[in-house]
Amino acid sequence: MFDIGLVHYLTVGAILFVLGIFGIFLNRKNVIVILMSVELILLAVNMNLVGFSSVLQDLTGQIFAMLILTVAAAEAAIGLAIVVIYYRNRGSIEVEDISTLRG
Amino acid sequence: MNWTLLLPEIVLGVSGLIAIVAGVIPKRDTTFPVALGVLGAMLLAAVLVIGQGEGTAMGGQYAADAFTRFAKLLVLLGAAGGLVLSLDWNEKEGLSRFEFPVLILFATLGMMVLVSANDLMSLYLGLELMSLALYVMAAFNRDDGRSAEAGLKYFVLGALASGLLLYGASLIYGFSGTTNFDRIADAVDSSAGNLGVVVGLVFVIAGLAFKISAVPFHMWTPDVYEGAPTPVTGFFAAAPKVAGLLLLARVLQGPFAALAPAWQQVIVLASLGSMLLGAFAAIGQTNIKRLMAYSSIGHVGYALMGLAVGSDAGMRGLLLYIAIYLFMNLGAFAVLVAMRRGGRALEGVDDLAGLGRTDPGMALAMAVFMFSMAGIPPLAGFFGKLYVFLAAVQGGYWTLAVVGVLASVVSAYYYLRIIKVMYFDDSAGAMDPRPAGLSVVLAGSGLFTALFFLFPAPILAAAQAAVAALMG
Repeated sequence: MFDIGLVHYLTVGAILFVLGIFGIFLNRKNVIVILMSVELILLAVNMNLVGFSSVLQDLTGQIFAMLILTVAAAEAAIGLAIVVIYYRNRGSIEVEDISTLRG
Repeated sequence: MNWTLLLPEIVLGVSGLIAIVAGVIPKRDTTFPVALGVLGAMLLAAVLVIGQGEGTAMGGQYAADAFTRFAKLLVLLGAAGGLVLSLDWNEKEGLSRFEFPVLILFATLGMMVLVSANDLMSLYLGLELMSLALYVMAAFNRDDGRSAEAGLKYFVLGALASGLLLYGASLIYGFSGTTNFDRIADAVDSSAGNLGVVVGLVFVIAGLAFKISAVPFHMWTPDVYEGAPTPVTGFFAAAPKVAGLLLLARVLQGPFAALAPAWQQVIVLASLGSMLLGAFAAIGQTNIKRLMAYSSIGHVGYALMGLAVGSDAGMRGLLLYIAIYLFMNLGAFAVLVAMRRGGRALEGVDDLAGLGRTDPGMALAMAVFMFSMAGIPPLAGFFGKLYVFLAAVQGGYWTLAVVGVLASVVSAYYYLRIIKVMYFDDSAGAMDPRPAGLSVVLAGSGLFTALFFLFPAPILAAAQAAVAALMG
């Protein structure tokens, strides 16, 4: 059996991060998917931080991760609230419809 | 534990909590008293900032010196100006809710934490406190589809920017072993060419470039600036941009000063791109808020030129440019907020037609701001550009200086077009009388912009002290 080390954690983090970025830019359907992708990016960061924290034997990274979790909750709440008022105005949250402002 | 150093932030935070309670409990409309209270809290915070000691607090999370003092005073000024712009406008648009001043207050608190951050954690906390309040403000006119769309776009791209910044922060933490700026500086010094830290730094720069809308991370700016309520746009273009630029300068010149050759290339490209895009993309715009969005992208480019040069002179140019930009911008947006005919808010460049005859005072002020943004002497904007261009030439960055001069010539076209519309086109009728608060902002920023060349010494001295504190 092989040992799971820092490189594995970082790889998982990087994959999650890239998935999140692609989820934002390639997604043409739904704003909720974008919110999920944002959460994915933040979880990738947490994965990195906790992995580094364990390797460095330093608690700072874990404290940082807890802080990010808390702020991410607030961010999701505000994001959903904005999606709700957007839906009330337009009756749709399709990504392709969000294009009134351009020029 | 030296918590008295945080007194300005504590005062703002506690005032914000009190303002929420005071806004909810009475049965009648409390917008105006809450707004006055928030302005008072900002004034008190400004006084405390001026008297603030220097040093670090909260286990090295927070730092205060001449640079943060300069930054915080600018931020407080921009926020107070933004609040004054919004008071009357919100009432006329039926948005008179007490939450608005509270949101501005918390955004300001976030910006103050941001510029004082001495650790990646407090940087992130300040940035999010600022951004979360700004997302809500962009969507504040919630029954207007454009405002909701602006809020949604700002939220999605802002959240992505925060994610990029955090990913960079996690890499910096992992490869330097600490999140504290002073210790990162030590780690970077001792291990030059640490690739992990450099990659992390690029992510952090990308995240911050989003927040200050520098090319190539500018694409949200025109949409958000057009969709958000006009005074909110004015606030966006003033305080958060100032805070973001100053934070970027602080991060790059502080902990990452040893990596200057790496980040200077990135900043040079961002500066060139922003100046050119700001000059060319604004030419065809008919909506004045959109035009101001491109104009602000251009101004970020000029300010970044000072950072790209990286010398003491360059940093002083950056600080001066930001201070002058703040005044010009607040003044120009005071005019935009005052554009209202028959109770309806106007946003077209053409709607300014004939302002020179119907409201000579406002037209004169707008002309001063436009000439100043175009960089025509002896107005303040000329000196802002002069100092950064001079620093670029002294530092041997000829490309930057030449492109900067050419870009400001091109951008002069659309600034002068506004003046031409105001003075030479046929009027479509007089604007509604403008409220007293706007006149105060107009007169204050107009006098500053026009008379800066007579009294530059205090601001120059403050910028010099701030640079000395930053560059050590």
